[in-house]
Amino acid sequence: MAKKSKPRSTSKKPKRPTLLIGTAKGGFALEPSGSGWRMRGPFQLGARTHDLRLDPRDGKTLLMASTGGHLGPTIYRSEDRGKSWQEAPRPPRFAKLGAGSPRGKKARGSRGQSVKINFWLEPGHVDEPGVWYLGTSPQGLFRSVDHGRTWRGVNGFNHNPNWAAWVSVGTDGTPDGPVLHSIQIDPRNARHMTVSCSSGGTFESLDRGRTWCPVNRGIAADYLPDPNVEYGHDPHCMRMHPARPDRWYQQNHCGIYRLDRDQGETWTRIGERMPKRVGDIGFPIVLHPEDPETVWVFPMDGTSIWPRTSPAGKPAVYRTRNGGRSWERQARGFPQRLAFWTVLRQAMAADDDPVQTGLFFGTTSGEVWASLNSGQSWSQLAAHLPRIYSLRLARFRR
Amino acid sequence: MSTAAVHVSSILHEYTAGESLLSASGRDLGAVLDDLERRHPGLTFRIVDEQNRIRPHIKIYVAGRMARGLTTKIPAGAEIHILQALSGG
Repeated sequence: MAKKSKPRSTSKKPKRPTLLIGTAKGGFALEPSGSGWRMRGPFQLGARTHDLRLDPRDGKTLLMASTGGHLGPTIYRSEDRGKSWQEAPRPPRFAKLGAGSPRGKKARGSRGQSVKINFWLEPGHVDEPGVWYLGTSPQGLFRSVDHGRTWRGVNGFNHNPNWAAWVSVGTDGTPDGPVLHSIQIDPRNARHMTVSCSSGGTFESLDRGRTWCPVNRGIAADYLPDPNVEYGHDPHCMRMHPARPDRWYQQNHCGIYRLDRDQGETWTRIGERMPKRVGDIGFPIVLHPEDPETVWVFPMDGTSIWPRTSPAGKPAVYRTRNGGRSWERQARGFPQRLAFWTVLRQAMAADDDPVQTGLFFGTTSGEVWASLNSGQSWSQLAAHLPRIYSLRLARFRR
Repeated sequence: MSTAAVHVSSILHEYTAGESLLSASGRDLGAVLDDLERRHPGLTFRIVDEQNRIRPHIKIYVAGRMARGLTTKIPAGAEIHILQALSGG
């Protein structure tokens, strides 16, 4: 009689991802190592790094959006896990104002501008290997089709006759300048994409960036004389749900919003169910990898003169599991008082574990925090880093 | 056409294979920078932006005088200093 073998589970829990961290003084990588984490870096020490991302399609190409202090912005590339870096031969740059430029300031679009910050990196659609997008300050959109080596402006946006009006040219925007961020590519269709502008709002294209329309109806702009404008809003972070791309969420300067794009174009404010003492202002918004009803935010103090710190110095994540009808506080493990940091818009991420979702964020005070149980408890993975601008998740291919 | 000795600040040595003294030709500063770019790809975009404006934290001296733009003429035998401003934190 054959010996019965014990059934073995074929399901293997995915290993936690590497955390790619962009800071005011360079990039870092925090890698899972045994039961702990191992820090690598700094990469390009001294270079202000607003974004650092791995291409999920090849599992190899790293891009770093850098603003090198005195030398202006550029893009660095690595194909060996950050051991060596090469500068992109043609970093993003706006078009010159030349003899062939349209007459009139409005018609020129972004011609004549100079990139001050390379801010938000986004890998293109899975069917378009080598394609990347980049958002900048001033608010421009750029595309690379050769793995980030050379960059061209997406002229449907940058040279749009409405560009100056859409991005409120001449306003100061955020403290570092107005930024184009939250570039979202519809996983069903490479031609469908959105961008968000910190001085302007959210814009949608159905033709890979050739034409654009604002999608801001229902969002408050309480800092403008007319709060019901078509554009001029201040999205802080906008996400298209990976499993249900018609479900959009937005953390805005004026609250938390949800939109079912297949049902219309009017956003619904879902942050009003947040506790009044906390409010619904923050920078990041993070989505569950599968459940379109589950969302995490990291509120900050947006009262009076906008200190942009944890409300009352008590940091907390808030989660909804019903699309924003109710919110629960998740603060176990965080300091209970005197913690005046916050989390910037691309510095918080969720991994792909649908049951015990890993959540990770970096703070303005240089700390990295993680929850490996969907936010129920938190622990500090690292401290003493420079101010953290971005935290992205990566799975390298061997 | 003038040939100038160009002193480059240490922050740019990444682009000059570590050299601090270069030689370049041109009637004006823009032509000199074009000549430098041919020999040291990537260098010029670190000094001037895409609109040919000298970057805010870079200062260029031609024969001891601060250049305001790329049309600055280069006298015969002039020395050029490309410096970084001591700013930041």
